[in-house]
Amino acid sequence: MSEYGFGNPEVVEEEVDILMIGGGMAACGCAFEIMRWADAARAQGVDMNIKLVDKAALDRSGAVAQGLSAINTYMGENDPADYVRYVRGDLMGITREDLVYDTGRHVDDSVHHFEEWGLPIWKQPGDEGKALTEGGKPVRSGKWQIMINGESYKWIVAEAAKKALGSDRIQEHVFIVRLLNDKNDPTRIAGAAGFSVRENKVYIYKFKCCLLVCGGAVNVFRPRSVGEGQGRAWYPVWNAGSTYSMAAEAGAELTLMENRFVPARFKDGYGPVGAWFLLFKAKAMNAMGEDYQAKNAHLLAEAGYDGYAEGHKMGTCLRNHLMMHELKEGRGPIFMDTPTALARLAETMTPKEIKHLEAEAWEDFLDMTIAQCGVWAGENIEPDKKMSELMPTEPYLLGSHAGCAGIWCSGPDDIPGTPDHYHWGYNRMTTINGLFTGGDGVGASGHKFSSGSHTEGRIAAKSMVKYVLDNQDFKPELDRSIDDIVAEIYQPVKNFLENRDYTTAIDINPHYITPKMFQFRLQKVMDEYVAGVSTMYQTNKAMLEVAERKLEMLREDSLKLRAKDLHELLRAWENYHRLLAAYAHMKHIQFREESRYPGYYYRADYLAIDEDNWKCFVNSTYDRNTGEWTCKKVKYVQLIKPADDEVKAMQHPGADI
Amino acid sequence: MPTFVRTDKCDGCKGQDKTACMYICPHDLMKLDKDGSETGHAMKAWNQEPEQCWECYACVKICPQQAIECRHYADIVPLGASVQPLRGSESIMWSIKFRNGNMKRFKFPIRTTPDGSIQPYNNKPDAVMDELTDHSTLFTKGTHVCDTSQFSN
Repeated sequence: MSEYGFGNPEVVEEEVDILMIGGGMAACGCAFEIMRWADAARAQGVDMNIKLVDKAALDRSGAVAQGLSAINTYMGENDPADYVRYVRGDLMGITREDLVYDTGRHVDDSVHHFEEWGLPIWKQPGDEGKALTEGGKPVRSGKWQIMINGESYKWIVAEAAKKALGSDRIQEHVFIVRLLNDKNDPTRIAGAAGFSVRENKVYIYKFKCCLLVCGGAVNVFRPRSVGEGQGRAWYPVWNAGSTYSMAAEAGAELTLMENRFVPARFKDGYGPVGAWFLLFKAKAMNAMGEDYQAKNAHLLAEAGYDGYAEGHKMGTCLRNHLMMHELKEGRGPIFMDTPTALARLAETMTPKEIKHLEAEAWEDFLDMTIAQCGVWAGENIEPDKKMSELMPTEPYLLGSHAGCAGIWCSGPDDIPGTPDHYHWGYNRMTTINGLFTGGDGVGASGHKFSSGSHTEGRIAAKSMVKYVLDNQDFKPELDRSIDDIVAEIYQPVKNFLENRDYTTAIDINPHYITPKMFQFRLQKVMDEYVAGVSTMYQTNKAMLEVAERKLEMLREDSLKLRAKDLHELLRAWENYHRLLAAYAHMKHIQFREESRYPGYYYRADYLAIDEDNWKCFVNSTYDRNTGEWTCKKVKYVQLIKPADDEVKAMQHPGADI
Repeated sequence: MPTFVRTDKCDGCKGQDKTACMYICPHDLMKLDKDGSETGHAMKAWNQEPEQCWECYACVKICPQQAIECRHYADIVPLGASVQPLRGSESIMWSIKFRNGNMKRFKFPIRTTPDGSIQPYNNKPDAVMDELTDHSTLFTKGTHVCDTSQFSN
């Protein structure tokens, strides 16, 4: 064999029991929990090999890389059942209540550990220095959120994960791009393959089970920014839909992939608005200074959405809906009135307290969206003097924030009333044996955020240890040859090396497409036909048919992606993952014949909510051999009693499937 | 931006094989130009794909030479502003310079324990194998109190 090089990668094979794919909050939670159970298993004579593989560096990978200014899921004085009510109300009724409840009952324990490890959590006056576990009262910026000094949030959580695992069990800068099914059982997972972004090496892992936690999907749609600002996505730009696409190709059932998140944020920098609304009590208004939420409240009743709104208590998408109406009617820009809010707060404050308040307002950005400070500083915006524009962003696919796209997972077996189709064995296992997920990967269970994602990794950890104990005799065998896998992964390199001398311009060549142009093509299709910003989030059956034709040709052209170096090989595979995640999103929107999530997207040919027919999950499977998607309805079952103060729609039991 | 590397400050992490910024960037943007063939500046790092930069500042915060700064997205932000941190072990200091020359400075805590001091399993219970399939607990046994009267069934 010739020497290893760019066109001829070395193959590294490794067999473990459990592989964690990803390095974000869910992976770190899994790492912390799993080693303790692995120790317990060892005491009983079963030694488990465990490994974590991350495409970046654990200290700053995943959605919390930059830090956060709040932990959005902390029960504290609240009951987990109320958390379920909040989540199902926000996500228009269709929620896997077993999964949400399960996260809710465990999440505070993760938060308590973050504090113990060194994360500064704000306390109410008089409770400074008193830990949450000692009764210290946090500063709430909402019923479920607590404020933190979170610049080093991920750094701290990663340190605990790294200490738990030990450096030998961590492989950084290797990007897993393919899951591999078992040779003898296509419903079982047996391995994963990827490549180093630093050396010419392909990594092939065999395992009994794995945790697939690679975040959501960003830059699937054309962003509002046109140049450098494309990197300024609201969610991290490195979340490439890898979780959804790899799971789909392995045959796992996806759920609610029609759902998306469209955050309404400070324009261009995408800085957070939560603290401004909830902590500083700022109001949003249209160009005329009107409170458009109050003014447009009647719109909710017209399309049947009023069942999900009770005064100002309404789903995130409904708030967007009221804002988008103003923009469509030409009454933008929408402004956040920061000067009035700060002035009102300052009325009862000392100058020192006002100074502190100003620092808090800036810290909200500096902890998690530094770029918003760049926008304010560049535009000479000081929030006590000048209002700021709000804008709904381009769509994002995710399962952990105010969205619920993801993979269909088995839940716990101890929640009363859980139907059989919610539970088939291992908690947080997908419909593929041995394939587990967490965080953005688990569908139909939004609003877990950073702390809930960490918690889900912990829940999955226990299940995977049990899975390994139950499957000790299982010897994974890959359904494809090593040569075949390596050839597929390095195809973009081959495309480049074999064709680069055909033209004089490296980027213009009829034999290949650059990852960047591939991404632009995807974004353009999604934006123009699948309810992006350019159509004000609207689509219909005919537009989706056009989208499907174009996406199909893009899928064919994915075989011609080029990689001129390892960095481009990373981009090539990320964009392939984006394509499949986008494809799933499009197929689900095609299938759901209603507008369940106004303000996220509109089916202009079905402009209302249809509880009797569509208050249900939509699940899909993908056949990677034929390229066919199959969608079906799956029954929603209510597990938590409706409460008196809950929105009316919760009285509806769900569509009869 | 995108972050950029100052030629007068970057030392290529003193010729080590990987630089701090290259190691830490979550999106594989920072690259060491060993022979100067890509930038004209040998043994210095650069941001190879500025339009993919999240401005997360991971590279800015970790650079031992404070050689990395941020020129905010040119397609959005007027020129002249800067937002620059100095991250210590317990706190981070921010200097914000507005386009009009105004300055603001803030200091925030980042951590209450020494870097590297976490002992995840100190004073923690062992996992009890009998509880492996009990979904109501994790090994730390910190489950929230649950009002079971809230279930429909």
